[in-house]
Amino acid sequence: MSQAAIPAAPIGASTVTRAALIGAALAFALAVALFAGARYGLLILIGLGFGITLEGFRFGFAGPWRRMIVDRNPDGLLGHLLSIGVVALVAFPLLSGAGDELIGAYAPVGFAMVGGAFVFGAAMQLVMGCGSGTLVNAGSGNAIGVLTLPFFAIGSFAGAYNLIWWTNLGSLPTVVFSGTSGLIVTLAALAAVAAFVLWLAPPELRRIPRRYVWASLLLAFFAILNLIVAGQPWGVVYGLGLWAAKGASAIGIPTEPSAFWGIASNQQRIADSLLTDVTSLTNLGIIGGALLVTAWRQGFAQKLPSYPARAWVTAIVAGFLLGYSSRIAFGCNVGAFFSGISTGSLHGWAWFAAAFAGSAVGVRLRPRLGLGG
Amino acid sequence: MTRRLTAALVLLLMAGLLSFDLASSRPLDIYDQPSLLALGSGSAADGAHCAALPTE
Repeated sequence: MSQAAIPAAPIGASTVTRAALIGAALAFALAVALFAGARYGLLILIGLGFGITLEGFRFGFAGPWRRMIVDRNPDGLLGHLLSIGVVALVAFPLLSGAGDELIGAYAPVGFAMVGGAFVFGAAMQLVMGCGSGTLVNAGSGNAIGVLTLPFFAIGSFAGAYNLIWWTNLGSLPTVVFSGTSGLIVTLAALAAVAAFVLWLAPPELRRIPRRYVWASLLLAFFAILNLIVAGQPWGVVYGLGLWAAKGASAIGIPTEPSAFWGIASNQQRIADSLLTDVTSLTNLGIIGGALLVTAWRQGFAQKLPSYPARAWVTAIVAGFLLGYSSRIAFGCNVGAFFSGISTGSLHGWAWFAAAFAGSAVGVRLRPRLGLGG
Repeated sequence: MTRRLTAALVLLLMAGLLSFDLASSRPLDIYDQPSLLALGSGSAADGAHCAALPTE
């Protein structure tokens, strides 16, 4: 049984380099605040917080789910449940009392939503990165992550293009747990899942390492900030699709015929700068935060691994599938699992179950596709 | 080859994305910015999220 451990860090960058890294990050956030708006600059800082937390504590979603599947080690998964629970404790009262100033991550459960989540779960294990994980991987210079990211964006654009068609295959009305009773149901369900995974785990693995507790609490902190500042929960996939939508529009691919991209609000976002789009800003921040931590640790000196050709092809296909499936599933680990559950959406739970089942398949496929064990 | 190569590629990609965005998008208007915090702003949330099913 392997316990996730932080490998011994290299000596690290010099004080001057570290100061320059912090200065550059703050300067970028300030520039966004000065030219686009203070809220947008604050969202860059929140994104940096997410990225620094995920890379700094080597915390994510794909790895912990893999450890649960392969080793029955619940360490990271317990961290997810803790983080989601903390956000829910704050988000439920805020959402109940804030009128339409704040919105939750609410979406309907449907055939395509469940199928998309399953495919996402499988694909994320192939490239060892979900939505936020792909951003962190790319920012930390992981070659598979760098290759996956643009195809994730293209897939997200394409999935959104046909989202309405997929959803019309059959979906329930959107179910939201709200108020005190909804919060109790959510916390009870999180506790039940935690108890279940602890029961499955060998006795020596029934714990959350302290660094995961810190990572979970920090993620929750930034997620709550995201809700308060942006008016919506943390998300990843919409922004990536928007990047591709702007590119598609620029090269003459029509977005107006799409039932999704063609609506007035999305047409406006395609026309407006990414620096005014919430998830684009936090995505840029996550990449920057991961880059900052890796440079801080002199992690870019790490040699690039050698993979067979089929591994690179897998990264491209999996990247596209991650983007496409997460759109028809109404989110990735962040938008659906983390933000859906923490704001009371039933679809978050359905996403969790389907994606975890998909991950079990992906874990077995990964070594056959040349990406290691 | 080290991760310096891939990191440089990511920085180039992000710089390219932002350059393309600023060149091809409506100009930023600092006087049209929303309030610092959505909570307490009195304005309806109007950002886009992956979970949102368009109703227009």
